[in-house]
Amino acid sequence: MKAMRVGLGALVSLAAAGVVLAGPKPPGGTISGKVTYEGTPAKMKPIDMSKEPSCAKMYTTPPVAETVVTGPGNSLQDVVVYISAGAPDDAAPATAAVFTQKGCRYIPHVLAFQVNQELKIVNEDQTSHNIHPLPKLNREWNKSQPPGTPAISEKYDKAEFIPVKCNVHPWMHGNFAVMKNRHFAITVDGGSFTLANLPPGKYTVTAWHESYGDQSQEVTISGSETKTVNFTFKAKPY
Amino acid sequence: MGGHRRGAMGKILAVVIVIIGLASAYPILKNQYPLPEDISTHGHLIDDQLNDTMMEAGISFVGAQLLLAYFLWTFSGRKPGSPLKDFPGGAKVLVIFAFVIVGTEVIALGAFGQKAWASVYFTSARADSLQIQAQAEQFAFYFRYAGPDGKFGMIHPEKIDEGNQNYFGLDPENDVAARDDIVSGELVVPMSKEIHLMLHGKDVGHSFYVRELRIQQDFVPGLDLSVHFTATKVGKYEIVCTQLCGLGHYNMKAYLNVMSQVDFDAWLKQQSQ
Repeated sequence: MKAMRVGLGALVSLAAAGVVLAGPKPPGGTISGKVTYEGTPAKMKPIDMSKEPSCAKMYTTPPVAETVVTGPGNSLQDVVVYISAGAPDDAAPATAAVFTQKGCRYIPHVLAFQVNQELKIVNEDQTSHNIHPLPKLNREWNKSQPPGTPAISEKYDKAEFIPVKCNVHPWMHGNFAVMKNRHFAITVDGGSFTLANLPPGKYTVTAWHESYGDQSQEVTISGSETKTVNFTFKAKPY
Repeated sequence: MGGHRRGAMGKILAVVIVIIGLASAYPILKNQYPLPEDISTHGHLIDDQLNDTMMEAGISFVGAQLLLAYFLWTFSGRKPGSPLKDFPGGAKVLVIFAFVIVGTEVIALGAFGQKAWASVYFTSARADSLQIQAQAEQFAFYFRYAGPDGKFGMIHPEKIDEGNQNYFGLDPENDVAARDDIVSGELVVPMSKEIHLMLHGKDVGHSFYVRELRIQQDFVPGLDLSVHFTATKVGKYEIVCTQLCGLGHYNMKAYLNVMSQVDFDAWLKQQSQ
């Protein structure tokens, strides 16, 4: 029984690894592309952490808000690209998604994980935090976490985008993206994304940005082809 | 034997009370616990008032202890069965006497102290004072300056978006005056210039307290209160919330940074970039 569970765990890990390390010839089709913006995005303001000296001293120049993070070539970061329709729901992987409070900020700013997947919340700061995600469909909670206390373990049972705030430090802000299936990616520097290992079928690909909303496109995958899908969001100066 | 012993105990207690009374007065007279540094133009009025109160209360305290010791010394060791002596006129006169003494003390302190209070709270700020808005929220202070146009943008509570650094709910898209407003987590003020601080509470009751400024004023949600002060010394001082406001109250603080006018202008210019 135990051996079976270990084997199953290994299989799930292998599957998860497969998503990340898509080989030259993946067993399914691939959707890849780039997320960009047009127009002028708002200038992000620096965060004044002077009230929390233990955090403020971790920065040589004050960090800026991460509501809109842009990269080279008008690329847009922190966009969650996922299959919103067409793919079956997946069981949660055995690995935990880790959300870290460091320097009085949330790292990463946007964390995507699956329904019922373990979410681990870590406090690496020398100050107390009180993490308070604000879901609309899931159960709401907020938990205090003094420095040096063990990680908080939680999970969500419904797919949803959840803004996260800290009840002690008003500037702290992040997002949880609770996903139904394992086909999702978050754009980083350069704005590109890849959704691999997609069985042939008709999919709706959705790109979500915390400030600019979401956009969807229909894509049909046959065999092991790679299709390119790009998203362009309209940036607002304010 | 018993009466004799009781008399000795009364005299010992009288001596102990005198020692306690005088020993308590000593550090106060030596100014062992001085008030913190005063960096405001009005602070000396408050300090004088505190000293007056301390002196009056101190004299009353030591006087009461000496009187108590005198009675203990004089009337201890009373022989059993000897008649009790009353205060001349009885309890009624004693109560009236105490009432008049204490009442006069309280009214006198209020009458002499009203000048200090009025100078901060009952006079309006000068027309050329620098207006700064302070906002208290769980669990931080934010300060807003009008920016180069000298106008504050309107507050729209529904637009508050703290993750995006919009603590005051400004609407720069539609409100031109809000575009250049400067928001800081530190209260930066120029020295020797009157500051008109307008207090705005976002959620629950908070308090603005800077002991070096001799100012403590509550934030009351729904009421726009204000204080004015002139700082006289360059330096960094702590602003703390002194109204229990929730779980993070202990951590609710900010800093008052008093700069020379030149440094302040440079800071303001840098902030509006």
